[in-house]
Amino acid sequence: MRFVDEFRDPAVITRTCEEIRRLTDPSRHYRFMEVCGGHTHAIYRFGLRDVLPAGIELIHGPGCPVCVLPMGRIDDGLALARDPRVIFAAFGDMMRVPGAHGSPLEHKAGGRDVRIVYSPTDALKLARSNPDRHVMFFAIGFETTAPSTALTLVRAKAEGIRNFSVFCNHVTIIPAIRAILDSPDMRLDAFIGPGHVSTVIGCRPYEWVARDERKPIVISGFEPLDLLQSTVMLLRQLRAGEAKVENQYARVVPWEGNRAALAAMAEVFQLRPYFEWRGLGFISQSALRIRDEYAAWDAERVFDIPGVRVTDPKAAQCGEVLKGVLKPVQCKLFGRECTPERPVGALMVSSEGSCAAYYNYEHRKAAAALAAPA
Amino acid sequence: MAHGAGGKATRRLVDGLFAPLLLGGAAGGLGDAAALDVDGTPLAITTDAFVVTPLAFPGGSIGELAVNGTVNDLAVAGADAVALVASFVLEAGLPSDVLDAEVRAMARAARAAGVPIVGGDTKVVEHGKTDRMYITTSGIGRRISGVTVDPRSVRPGDRILLSGPIGDHGITILLARGELDLEAELRSDTRSVLPLVQAIIKVAGSGIRWMRDPTRGGVATALNELALDCGLGVHLSEDAVPVREEVRGACELLGLDPLHIANEGQFLAVVAPDCADAALGALRAAPGGEGAALVGEIRAEPAAAVLVATAYGGTRIVDMLVGDPLPRIC
Repeated sequence: MRFVDEFRDPAVITRTCEEIRRLTDPSRHYRFMEVCGGHTHAIYRFGLRDVLPAGIELIHGPGCPVCVLPMGRIDDGLALARDPRVIFAAFGDMMRVPGAHGSPLEHKAGGRDVRIVYSPTDALKLARSNPDRHVMFFAIGFETTAPSTALTLVRAKAEGIRNFSVFCNHVTIIPAIRAILDSPDMRLDAFIGPGHVSTVIGCRPYEWVARDERKPIVISGFEPLDLLQSTVMLLRQLRAGEAKVENQYARVVPWEGNRAALAAMAEVFQLRPYFEWRGLGFISQSALRIRDEYAAWDAERVFDIPGVRVTDPKAAQCGEVLKGVLKPVQCKLFGRECTPERPVGALMVSSEGSCAAYYNYEHRKAAAALAAPA
Repeated sequence: MAHGAGGKATRRLVDGLFAPLLLGGAAGGLGDAAALDVDGTPLAITTDAFVVTPLAFPGGSIGELAVNGTVNDLAVAGADAVALVASFVLEAGLPSDVLDAEVRAMARAARAAGVPIVGGDTKVVEHGKTDRMYITTSGIGRRISGVTVDPRSVRPGDRILLSGPIGDHGITILLARGELDLEAELRSDTRSVLPLVQAIIKVAGSGIRWMRDPTRGGVATALNELALDCGLGVHLSEDAVPVREEVRGACELLGLDPLHIANEGQFLAVVAPDCADAALGALRAAPGGEGAALVGEIRAEPAAAVLVATAYGGTRIVDMLVGDPLPRIC
């Protein structure tokens, strides 16, 4: 594939790995957090753990929007799907995520009208072609997907489409990074910064991480070479005793972000005073709600939302895994009660969640290595 | 619902319910067709139900799938299809030209595969009780002498061959549903693999250990079943697995793994190491086998798992598909 294969060239990757080995201090243990779920997925998908020196530990951060969504929000959204008038539309990512009373797919199997859409504009299209029904789009995602939800609402308002609403679960990445850094058991050396989110917000919002917290952060792309190059950049900063924001993904991420996307978000959304994150708890000013001007398209105001709160099972140690205190396999439920087919904890629900990625790509390999004679 | 997607749930359903109650406990190691001996004649028998939306798509339609699917299940069991029977479940109100087109498609596919359709049955159900039409075909075949397809005969060192590029069918169907606003010059790979199977049998014969057509759940699911049934490690080289640009592009875009995407005209074969070169040569020399490749080998470790070596020196475990492949967007 054009524009991708260059970033998967084995020869260049081998050279970059040699560079990483040269820059690594063998007596030191490095703990890097990749914030974004897309990075977690790529690291496992391409087997990058195997090519990094043992001293570099990658910790999977909170950047998987499906994983951090509290279960109660799913139940709230699905409660509306019980209304035979309502078409529940969501990304494929959401379809297997369990609420307390089943996942969207299970609701579909039970006769509810649940549809997979590839963008919020597809959900709006559904509303246009089903004038006698109400289409509710279950919106999730960081700043990556929030602009497309915003533009869809702008269009719905402009066209006067009234049988459409958005159940907004959009969250913002910076407060989550702050929550991780504020955590007393936080032990990180540096960050691999999110790529897709940064195409929208740019690099400036991360400056405090470097300046105040003295942690290097490199905004990274998603190809194997991107992630390895970002690792090189972090190691160079650490070696030089520096902490700055660098942009490895400059081919896509403008330093100042995408002004049009930010303007659309500002038009439609405002910050919620606080929002619950699965595994991290309540974080202030960490999520978006729909502004009053768009109240007629806000499912939380159009409908009576039950406001379900479901506490995660105590035995699931998602918070500790999310903060890098525990590895997925160290959680008591991992691979036993909690599997990708029957997820208990947040991080097992999406294939980008660190537990699911670890389970899918790694854990049997680890088990085999343990069983093999040394 | 996940029970039909060909992955873990299907396996659990078969091993947990059907095998103990219907098959005298013969769970695990169930092949694509059952071997029978009738008065000393080695036969194979199989059945398959076909459900697809849309009914017709670039490169084929449900009628062709229904014939080729059953012919292929027999072929990868080392059997030459002798006859098929077909039954139809039709939704009341199905336009007659749709049915006509599918019956013609079946006749065409049966002629191409060289197997007669010798009987059938039709039921019509109320409108809304089915999705337009379902076709079930059952087939009987003569087992080709000297070939035993048995996962328990697989040994470390054996080689894994793949007959051609993967994912064409699954991605074609995904695009044909029209929900994606994506277009690609892609066609389903539906075809009879019998000529290719015959080509490989001619040169490898008893060196063939196992074959499977990787339909629902894709190559990953078929190889995981092999790994479970033989208890050995299945090693795949990712860059040796042929995948068309269009399939790779769609998978990248949707966050899908080509190894989990369905195929309807390819097969996997595990052969003894000393006949791997000859088998690959025979496949490539056969019409439609030009894209065949040596994609991996069997090793003792890791036990009962599929390990994929990436082009960068890393490895990952590839599991069976859980449910249907769902696109990742956010």
